[in-house]
Amino acid sequence: MTVKLLTGNYTVAEAARLARVKVVAAFPITPQTTIVEKIAEMIEHGEMDAEMIHVESEHSALAAAYGAAAGGVRAFTATSSQGLLYMHEVVWWVAGSRIPLVMAIVTRAIGPPWNIHVSHEDIMDQRDTGWIISIAEDNQEVLDLTLQAFRISEDPRVYLPAMVGLDGFILSHTTMPVDVPSQEEVDSWLPPRSPGPYVIEPGSGVIMGNIPPDEDYMRMRKAMQTAMRNAERVIMEVEEEYYKLTGRRYGGLLECYRCSDAKYAVVLMGTWAGNAKEAADRLREKGYPVGVARIRYIRPFPSMLLREKLGGMKGVMVMDRSVSMGRGGPLFLEVAEALRSKPSMMSVIAGVGGVDVGVDDISSLVEKFIGKVEERGHVYIDEYWYGV
Amino acid sequence: MVNIKELPSKTLLMPGNAACPGCPETLGLRYVSMALGDKAVLVIPAGCSSVIQGIYPKSGIGFPILNIVFAAAASAASGLARAYKIRGLEDAQVVVWAGDGGTGDIGIQALSGAAERNENIIYICVDNEAYMNTGIQRSSLTPYGAWTTTTWTGKKEHKKDVPLIMIAHGAPYVATASVGFPTDFIEKLRRAASIKGLKYIHLHAPCPVGWRFDPSKTVEVAKLAVQTGIWVLYEYRGGVFRISPLSRPYAKKERRKPLKEYLKLQGRFRHLGEDDVKVLEAYIEERWKLYLNMEKTLGSKAT
Amino acid sequence: MSEQEEDHLVLPVSHPSPGAMGPTGYWRNFKPVIDQEKCIKCLLCWLFCPEGTIIRHEDNSVSVDYDYCKGCGVCANECPVNAIKMVPEGEEQ
Repeated sequence: MTVKLLTGNYTVAEAARLARVKVVAAFPITPQTTIVEKIAEMIEHGEMDAEMIHVESEHSALAAAYGAAAGGVRAFTATSSQGLLYMHEVVWWVAGSRIPLVMAIVTRAIGPPWNIHVSHEDIMDQRDTGWIISIAEDNQEVLDLTLQAFRISEDPRVYLPAMVGLDGFILSHTTMPVDVPSQEEVDSWLPPRSPGPYVIEPGSGVIMGNIPPDEDYMRMRKAMQTAMRNAERVIMEVEEEYYKLTGRRYGGLLECYRCSDAKYAVVLMGTWAGNAKEAADRLREKGYPVGVARIRYIRPFPSMLLREKLGGMKGVMVMDRSVSMGRGGPLFLEVAEALRSKPSMMSVIAGVGGVDVGVDDISSLVEKFIGKVEERGHVYIDEYWYGV
Repeated sequence: MVNIKELPSKTLLMPGNAACPGCPETLGLRYVSMALGDKAVLVIPAGCSSVIQGIYPKSGIGFPILNIVFAAAASAASGLARAYKIRGLEDAQVVVWAGDGGTGDIGIQALSGAAERNENIIYICVDNEAYMNTGIQRSSLTPYGAWTTTTWTGKKEHKKDVPLIMIAHGAPYVATASVGFPTDFIEKLRRAASIKGLKYIHLHAPCPVGWRFDPSKTVEVAKLAVQTGIWVLYEYRGGVFRISPLSRPYAKKERRKPLKEYLKLQGRFRHLGEDDVKVLEAYIEERWKLYLNMEKTLGSKAT
Repeated sequence: MSEQEEDHLVLPVSHPSPGAMGPTGYWRNFKPVIDQEKCIKCLLCWLFCPEGTIIRHEDNSVSVDYDYCKGCGVCANECPVNAIKMVPEGEEQ
């Protein structure tokens, strides 16, 4: 174990190297580019034993990585924003074929107009695809989630691809100290890629994807949902084993910060959870019993954990960094369903397109929310745009 | 030369598949099987051959197959080929089996990328000159004058010359073939299999449903395309361009059968007037001129 | 793995098999009938059969797999000695 100073993107590259990824196919897009650059450099300098496929688009990036994974080797790609949307068709295809694969998503706004800054529209757009989707708070967690993603995706109880999200620029281009396990340590914990559910190769007699009767198609869809349910437990197990290796664990699908005695909670995901934790500390100094529930996995979604940890609270404020146009904050909607809207609830849409949201912003939002709840008893504010 | 009697009597094309009677794609797949045997793995983008496989959990195409989205065949094949390279499966042959739309329209970007990277794959475009699986819509490879369900009065543009585009990419092997001349196709497949890098074979595949001819005529129409000179068999290998022996006689205009013999068998050309036929005849002349010139400039190493 | 855990492994994977679209011989309106006397064992019908339903025997004689033959008639069209006739189904010789 060594502490290295790494940007989020270099951390992703480091994780791919440590996982002994054999094929990387990627196409450049800001702010993902330095992942591709770093991996190309490591391969060309002989520090990483892998094939790089310099594809002509993101659609091909995922298709090529998928081809390699279907051929029985560990494969990886990374993208952002428009690139993720461009490969969206293949995103579904990979999950439906149940091939293990890992992809990093450097979250970024979607145009028009052009905007390269952090936003969660791109990753939230993937929720229905059948991928395991996690999102990190800092670069250490980028490393931990990426390494764990391989184990989870390749687990025979799961066999679904996995995305790891990291916030554009805030993590991707920011240097932080990262505790990096040695190759030996990773090898002892992450075995070489198993054949997976099947391998397409000469003599295999395996035909992937021809037309089934509709009932079988639906059965396959249901099986993916069952695999997602299995993944809830697998994620916990993998994290526990990783804890034994590294001494780090976060709480599985959901990280709860000062929740146990809290009456109010902020729910959110990604980097601004750090600000929310700081805001909770300050609010507690003022006498407000506030905690933070950070969503670590969007899929499978921590509904049970949310209900268990937050169900009895007085108020829950959910912060979304994206919008489902015509409906509202997507994370809010999912949290509200998980909690059956028993606590008072408020949806805050903020930080979209990189708009900065600091500790003071979050603490004043929470303070106002608490004031309303204390005044009226039960409130349900289903959409509040903050910052514009 | 390939001797028919030495070809394997069983192929990986399973009877009772979902192809239409007289299908040129199943015909082509039988030849792929005869040429490459069980070393081949197919990557199939959306198209007739996605359906021909029949109903899960059976498959009427007996090769291992990775079905893939329409635009991504060459890319998925690139990934498979790299995986086999890493795993040391040296004699595995990754074969893309894509239609004209999957190759020349929606798939050309991925194909161009794979060709530029010189991925170790055999890419076969099985060209039935329209989107047959969706109901005979025009593609960029539909020839001038042909009726389709999106060109009711006949297509106004000529066929896109994809093999030439592949030659422009510097692919180590580019060839044209026809389901009417299986020994030539099998020979070219075997040659392709012996070369590292991207091999592109463009297989002319007359479709009875889309071209509006009797299903018994598939091979006859395919042969006539070559004999009238509208489809030219050639090979480009290691920088050398050569007209294939089966097309060689038709370099001379007077040796060619009249184009009308080819056109009259097909309902898709029924509406053509004399002027349209002249346009097609001029097109044939122009293509031959180009190919013969290419042979002159790029064929010297051969002699 | 428990039974419940295996429910998640319904894979989109098929295996090669004749009859993936059923006994396609039912599609046929005309059936190819080979005149073995005329047959010169050139194998062109076998080579050009789009379905692989011309069965090639060890002595290079041929017969038809009527379970799956779709009756396209390519074999009859390509036979150089007219040894194959397309006969309407039900009108056996």
